[in-house]
Amino acid sequence: MSAATTRTAAAARSAAARAVAASLGREESYLRSVVRRFFKHRLAGIGLVVFVAMILVAVLAPLIAPHDPNQIFDEFQAAPSSAHLLGTDPVGRDVLSRLVFGTRVSITVSVGAVSVYVVIGVCLGLAAGYYGKVVDAVLMRVADVFMSFPYFMVILILVAVIGPSLLNITLAIGLLGWPVISRLVRGSVLSIKNQDYVKAGVSLGYSTPKILFQHILPNALSPIIVNATFGIANAIILESGLSFLGLGVRPPAASWGNMLSDAQSITVMTSQPWLWLPPGIAIFVTVLAINFVGDGLRDALESRETKSHR
Amino acid sequence: MSATELTTRKARERAGVPDGQPLLSVQDLTLHYPIRGGIVSRQTGTVRAVDGVSFDVFPGETLGIVGESGCGKSTTGRAIIRLENPTSGAVVFEGRDLAGLNTRELRRVRLDLQMVFQDPYSSLNPQKRIGDLLAEPLLAHRRASRKVAGERVTEMLDRVGLSAQFKGRYPHELSGGQRQRVGIARALMLDPTLLVLDEPVSALDVSIQAQVLNLLRDLQTELGLTYVFISHGLGAVRYISDRIVVMYLGKVMEVATTADLFAGPRHPYTETLLDAYPAPNPHQRGRERIVVEGDVPNAAKPPSGCVFHTRCPFAREKCRTEEPRLTGGAQGGSHAFACHFPLGEAA
Repeated sequence: MSAATTRTAAAARSAAARAVAASLGREESYLRSVVRRFFKHRLAGIGLVVFVAMILVAVLAPLIAPHDPNQIFDEFQAAPSSAHLLGTDPVGRDVLSRLVFGTRVSITVSVGAVSVYVVIGVCLGLAAGYYGKVVDAVLMRVADVFMSFPYFMVILILVAVIGPSLLNITLAIGLLGWPVISRLVRGSVLSIKNQDYVKAGVSLGYSTPKILFQHILPNALSPIIVNATFGIANAIILESGLSFLGLGVRPPAASWGNMLSDAQSITVMTSQPWLWLPPGIAIFVTVLAINFVGDGLRDALESRETKSHR
Repeated sequence: MSATELTTRKARERAGVPDGQPLLSVQDLTLHYPIRGGIVSRQTGTVRAVDGVSFDVFPGETLGIVGESGCGKSTTGRAIIRLENPTSGAVVFEGRDLAGLNTRELRRVRLDLQMVFQDPYSSLNPQKRIGDLLAEPLLAHRRASRKVAGERVTEMLDRVGLSAQFKGRYPHELSGGQRQRVGIARALMLDPTLLVLDEPVSALDVSIQAQVLNLLRDLQTELGLTYVFISHGLGAVRYISDRIVVMYLGKVMEVATTADLFAGPRHPYTETLLDAYPAPNPHQRGRERIVVEGDVPNAAKPPSGCVFHTRCPFAREKCRTEEPRLTGGAQGGSHAFACHFPLGEAA
């Protein structure tokens, strides 16, 4: 009962605050209300903190890692100790240092790949939705073709053909991921282009790129942001998978995926958990955190609270 | 010289239209939408949204277009400013047929033709501040620097009755009436000669409607504007229009000056529209009315002969078979109607 009262009281307080803001003639800005709704999600807030921490680790890897990730020490397969907090691997490299540098790979590949496919997807989606007819039909059939391939297999083959490297896996994931985004954008454009403000733009003689990028795109942004966030989580898993299969980042460079693949044998699994637990947990925690951020963003951006203008 | 004459002269000078010539001439405008069906998207029919509409708009006047929903009045308006491409017919503006212009010329000419939209909630981009929305037309066409544009925006806001502090606001912070003022201001930023007002007050409260109509009137005299005022509300049209075009199912039924139309409508459809409008004077409420029944026929399958015959209380055999032409009637002059058996004439 007391919980219920506190909640009603809190609701009343926030309603009152809003009423005061409205009476002062200034409504809560859109951005501020998005931030408020985002942090109402406790998990989303935690997820964001974790994600930001991961980015910091990636950027500051040389400062954080206790050793050079490729430096070989005398003791190999050593259990965690004060010298090597997470032990050493079969070659004698420091696991913690490799884990820290692996973050770099995961973040670069995922953010890079998602940036590539968001740009492609947005441009093609805008074109398909705005021009319609033949352009739309052709682009969407191409998207269908791309989507009907087993995603992971195609990336696998592509990387196998062009050779595994950081740049190549980023491009492979980036060049194949656009159809989902372009469909999303196309759908938004179809509804937005019939809004009177777009027609007003046409009659005011604005150029088509101006209408597309300044009037339509900003109003179609929220689903793109949400989808891109989930895309980053997905790309991290893809990269780990590729590296695990030996088609990702080339050894000796460290990546969470190839650290896992080095720990495949039964003896390692049973007796040396410091070799596979840390990269596994890193992948799991990062992906989970990003998914929480995505959930929070979706609720914050796509809520009807301020979007309904009436 | 009266206010209207002054407006006419100002408008004529601005547009460079010779005496007695229309600023805008819509000639036999037709807009058909194909209906596609089946798996191969065959064309299975045509919606005749606008079917052979002609009228002239003279500098400085307000031409009202009235009709029920779906009669093609808004489509006509959008075809005038080229948001829709007509199937056939001509829109002659300032002496030039818009259909004959290439993309670049059209883009320039079109700036003189602006539109105010019906729904003030969807006509302003929700992501932009009012100041940016209004400065944008000037900046996009490099007509002013950022600083000058800002001054022009303040001026224009003042002109439409909003204070400069609205510049920093977003559309969702404004009321419907304020937004519609912003919509009008935006349409005026490029100094157009003709404004197509597509039901500019229909979405507003009645008390706000009058304010906006008065604003439009004042702007017309001040700036020498010509209006095409589209509405289904007879009250607003009567208040603001000099002449009125009555449309039904994509065709023009009657064209007359406002006074003539309200004093003596010749087309039975016009009469029903006038009768449907509540009389403000309670003593007039008892009089006989013509009431039509049924709905507007499907524009994909318009009736034969006169399109109104299915609902006209005076329809005869001739109406079912022969389509009446828009004629000047017995007294000639500016009052035109499309009816075989017009009201006020012995049959």
